[in-house]
Amino acid sequence: MSRRSVLPEPSSRLGLRDLLSEALSGVLQRPGRSVLTMLGTVLGIGAFVAVLGLTATASGQIGEQFSLTRATTVDVTDRPRTDGVAPGANPPSNFPEDTDRRLAAIDGVRAGGVWWPVPGAPVITARPNGPNEGTGLSVLAATPGAVAAMEPTLAAGVTMDAFVQRTAQPVVLLSEAAAGRLGVSRLDAQPAVFLDNVPYTVIGIYSDVRRRPGALLGLVIPASTALERYGNPAPQPDRGAQGLVATRVGAASVVAAQIPLALRPDAPDAFTVVPPPDPHSLQDGVTSDLTGLFLALAGICLLVGAVGIANTTLVAVLERTEEIGLRRSLGARTGHIAAQFLTESTALGTLGGLIGTSLGVVTVVAVAAARDWTAVLQPAATLPAPLIGTVVGLLAGLYPALRAARTDPLKALRSA
Amino acid sequence: MTTEPPGTPPVIALAGVGRTHPGRPPVVALHPSDLTVHHGEYLAVTGPSGSGKSTLLHLLGLLDTPTTGRYELDGIDTGSLRDRDRSTLRGRRIGFVFQSFHLLPHRTAEENVVLAQLYNRTPPRTRRTAALEALRLVGLGHRTDALPGTMSGGERQRVAIARALVNRPSLLLCDEPTGNLDSASAEAVLDRFDALHAQGFTLVVITHDPAVAARAERRVAIRDGVLSEAEAEVRTAEGPAR
Repeated sequence: MSRRSVLPEPSSRLGLRDLLSEALSGVLQRPGRSVLTMLGTVLGIGAFVAVLGLTATASGQIGEQFSLTRATTVDVTDRPRTDGVAPGANPPSNFPEDTDRRLAAIDGVRAGGVWWPVPGAPVITARPNGPNEGTGLSVLAATPGAVAAMEPTLAAGVTMDAFVQRTAQPVVLLSEAAAGRLGVSRLDAQPAVFLDNVPYTVIGIYSDVRRRPGALLGLVIPASTALERYGNPAPQPDRGAQGLVATRVGAASVVAAQIPLALRPDAPDAFTVVPPPDPHSLQDGVTSDLTGLFLALAGICLLVGAVGIANTTLVAVLERTEEIGLRRSLGARTGHIAAQFLTESTALGTLGGLIGTSLGVVTVVAVAAARDWTAVLQPAATLPAPLIGTVVGLLAGLYPALRAARTDPLKALRSA
Repeated sequence: MTTEPPGTPPVIALAGVGRTHPGRPPVVALHPSDLTVHHGEYLAVTGPSGSGKSTLLHLLGLLDTPTTGRYELDGIDTGSLRDRDRSTLRGRRIGFVFQSFHLLPHRTAEENVVLAQLYNRTPPRTRRTAALEALRLVGLGHRTDALPGTMSGGERQRVAIARALVNRPSLLLCDEPTGNLDSASAEAVLDRFDALHAQGFTLVVITHDPAVAARAERRVAIRDGVLSEAEAEVRTAEGPAR
C-alpha cells in the first residue's frame, strides 16, 4: 500500500462478508432481470457441458462395443524368408507346428492359432464336377486355436479340435452364408462339400464370429489339411499366414510383447505383432467435427452471455448513480464501489454457470437414459464449468465497475 | 454556546476557501471565504438558488475540493488528504441529510440506517442496535421494518436523519432538508433538529427557506458566491419569503 493515513481513525473498509451480502442483495433486488441476464451464460455453459458430456458418453459407448473385442485381440503377421526358395513355390511360414500350444502357454491367452487364406482359390462345389458355388466365398485354413480365437457362434455341429488338426482330416466348417450357397442345412446326414473335387465332411456351421468377420463369407478347413493339399501360405503379408490371439481383458499388450519369443525363440524378428490400440487414443479419435461446431456455438453463447451481463450491469450502474453517490457520502471509496458492482456481475456469472452446468448434466443424463447409454461426464470438464461463468461475469463487470467507480458523487447526489 | 473543552479545535474552520470552476471564462462558485463552526453549533446557510450554497455544502462535505484556501475539519487539514482519507472522514465524521432523502427503495428503514455503518468498520453485531437507537431518536422506533415506499415524506427524511446520525458524526450536514416536505412534516423535522442540537450535535443546514433558517441559532448568507456573516440575520429577516 501507499503511505499511511494521517487520520487518527482507521480507514474506510468494506469487509468481505459485507461485500458479498451487498452484491447478493443487488442481484436479488431484481430477480427477473437477474435471471434474464444470466440466460446467455446459462445457455453457453449448459451447451458446453452438454456437448462435452454427450461426446464423452457417445464415445464411451462406441469404445465399450468395439474395445472389448479389440482390446483382447492381438494380430501376428508372418514375415517369411523369401530367399532360398524355389521360384513359384511359397516359402514355409515361420509359425511353428505347435503354434496353438505355444500360444496357449502364454499367461493371459484364452486361445490363439494360425490362419491363412488357402492359396490358389479352390473351386467350391456342392457335388463332384458341379458348378462352382465359390464366387465371393473364401477358403480359410486355420488351426483349432485360431478358430477358437475367432469365437464362432455355432448354428449346428461342432467346431474344429486338435484331433482333426493332428491327423489332417478332410473336414470343413461352413459359415451360414456358405452353407446356404451349398445347400447344406442339416448335419445329421454328414454332408460333404467339394474343394477341387475333393470331398470334405461338414462338421459344423457357424452363424457369427467375434473376430475376423471375413470368415463369415467362407469355409474353414484345418491348417494341416491345407498344408498337405495346397502347400505353404502365400508370402504376401495380406494373404499370408497370420496369428490370431484372443487374450483376457487387459492382458493384450503384455501378451503381445511375449508372442514372438514364445513362438520362435530363435527368430523373434520373424513376426510383426499388432497389439490392440490404446483405449485412450481410440476415444480421442472419436471427437468429430460436429463437436467442434457445438463447442463453437457454446462459445458464442458465452460471448453473448458476457455482453448481456456487461450490458445489464452497465444499465444498473447508470440506474443506481444515486445509490453510488449515497454510498460515497457514507464513506465508500471508489474501490468499494467498483468491488461491489464487480462482485455483483461475478455472482451473476457464477450463478449462471452453476445453473448452466446443472442443466448440461441433466441433458447428458436424460439423453443417456433415453438411449440406454451409460452417462459419462469428465470431472475435468464438468467441475470447473461454473468457474467459466465466474470468469465471464468478472470480465463482463470490469467496464461497468470502472464506470461506477468513476461516477462523480456530486452529480450522482444531485440527480433525484 | 459552545460546550467544547478549551483547546478542542472547531468542527469547521474555513480560511480563505474558494472554488472556481475551470473554463472560459472560469466561473467563481465561491469567493474566498472564512467560516468557523464550533462544536454544538446550529448554523443555517441561506441564499437563493445559484448563490453558491451547494458549492459550500460539497466543500464542507468533502465531496469537492477547494481551489484556494484551507479547510480544517476537527482540526484536520483536509487539503492534503487523498481520496481514501476523505472517504474515511465522510464515513466517520460527517452525516449527510439530502433534500431527496436518497434511501435505498428495496431496503427497510433499519437496513437503510445500517448501510451507514457498512464502510466505517462498525462491527456487524452492533450495527442493528445502533440503527434501532438512531431510529428511536428520530421518533421512528415503530417503523423500523417499513420500506421507504410505504412511508410519508417526513418519515423518510427522519430515516435519512437517523442514518446521518447513527455514526455520531462531528457534523450533520443538511441540504434543503425540508425542501420536499409539506409544512407539517417540515415542522417535525425541524423539531428533530432542535432536539439534536440540544443533545450537542453540530448542525449545518443549507436552505433557501427563511423559516428554516430562523430555527438555527446562527445564520450566514451566501449571495453570488460571497459568504457573509455580519448582515446575515438582517438580510434573512428582511428578505421576502419566496
